[in-house]
Amino acid sequence: MIAATLAILRKDLRVELRAREAVPAMALFAVTAFVLFHFAFDRDALDGDVAAGTLWITLLLTTVLGVNRLFVAEREQGGLEAMLLAPIDRTAIFVAKAAALFLYLVAVEVVAVPAFALLLLGPDLLGSLPALAALLLLADLGLAAVGALVGALAAETRAREVIGPLLLLPLVVPLAIAGAQATEPLFTGSGAAEDLGRWLGLMGLYATIFVLLSVALFDFLLED
Amino acid sequence: MYGRALKPLALATAAGAALAFGLIFFYAPLDADQGFIQKIFYLHVPMAIVALLGFLAGGVMAAMHLRTRRRAWDMRSYVAIHLSIILAVGVLVTGSIWAKASWGHWWVWDEPMLVSFLIIFLLYAVYQPLRFSIDDPERQARYASVFAISGAAFTVLNFVAVRMAATYTHPRVFSQTGGNMPPAMFLTFLVALGAMALVFVTLWTLELGSKNAAERLRRARRHLQREADGREAGLGGEAGRPRPAAGAPAAVSVSAASAPTPAPR
Repeated sequence: MIAATLAILRKDLRVELRAREAVPAMALFAVTAFVLFHFAFDRDALDGDVAAGTLWITLLLTTVLGVNRLFVAEREQGGLEAMLLAPIDRTAIFVAKAAALFLYLVAVEVVAVPAFALLLLGPDLLGSLPALAALLLLADLGLAAVGALVGALAAETRAREVIGPLLLLPLVVPLAIAGAQATEPLFTGSGAAEDLGRWLGLMGLYATIFVLLSVALFDFLLED
Repeated sequence: MYGRALKPLALATAAGAALAFGLIFFYAPLDADQGFIQKIFYLHVPMAIVALLGFLAGGVMAAMHLRTRRRAWDMRSYVAIHLSIILAVGVLVTGSIWAKASWGHWWVWDEPMLVSFLIIFLLYAVYQPLRFSIDDPERQARYASVFAISGAAFTVLNFVAVRMAATYTHPRVFSQTGGNMPPAMFLTFLVALGAMALVFVTLWTLELGSKNAAERLRRARRHLQREADGREAGLGGEAGRPRPAAGAPAAVSVSAASAPTPAPR
């Protein structure tokens, strides 16, 4: 199971390193969105709740791009059939896909968060970085689980480019709530975290529920 | 099998709805603060509770489908979710009317119940597009079931999240549990809730029965068709099969095109 997961993950990362289809596109999308937000708000620097909301909504929308790309190679080139023929646990496919999405998201955030601090954020980022990193990593865990599930659900539909985002956006509302609420005090100048544990708890609950749900349900999506 | 239960259910629903409306308008006292508009509470809250339970029941039925592999469970789950989506529209509309009447705005963001409902409605609005953009019926049932189970789990999680984000600035006339409600109001509320649940169950039974009948009819028709085709092939296949007159639709379109267009004024 672990060997199969690692093999699929290694394959996905190698494809991504060579073709560079997902991560650069996602990072570019995020930076472009920051530019759009600058003009939309007509402000040179954001702080407080507006800054937190801008950052989180951009990252959540960026996830949509990654989820849309997640099963493309499998569907277009018949990779999924080959994987299903192999004598491996189907959960391995899910875990590998979720892990790949998680790594994509972390890579994108490594670019997008400094870009956000440079382009738009008023207060200094450094003080709030540890708390923000913890929030982002926990949110990425939930996003990876829900993203792999939604990606697999939408991949077999006719209108997959529409169904995927429409499914994903309502499902990430709890993460948007927790992320924006927890980040808002970090961006208000003092950089002190308030209620951080509470929002980390909600994100942890979200990640736990969707990891368990996806592991339980993913087998049923791959039964052909 | 669904037809037999329908008659007593329909009678019970009619009686329950009549009793509920009677109690709402003639028995329950007028609210001191909000006056007559508060009566919408007896429609709005039962509808919300029944719709939520419908979504959860749809998830449970979907789980039964994945466990037992019987398509009937998928059909039950589908009908329950379909009805709950319709009820959810009703919840949003009645909630909006109530908000306008008592707070002066059509939409309030600090009512966690209403906001959660909007999010859940937006999620479940994708259920039918997802379901009907999958062609293979067996896969359609499986994918819809996975969606229904995830949706039910998300419904609970979403309530927790929205409640945590909400700030209570508006005074709440009733607590959600009805603990501080006068007994006459609470009794009326319970009867209205029961009536709404009966409406849901009756419509669910009716829709399932009609879906089943349609499915059986389709199967019978396909069977007859196959039989007729077989007999035709046995006769050596007639070359000149009667065709619908090809001229008829063309004539219609020509007359529609040549019909005098109304003069622009």
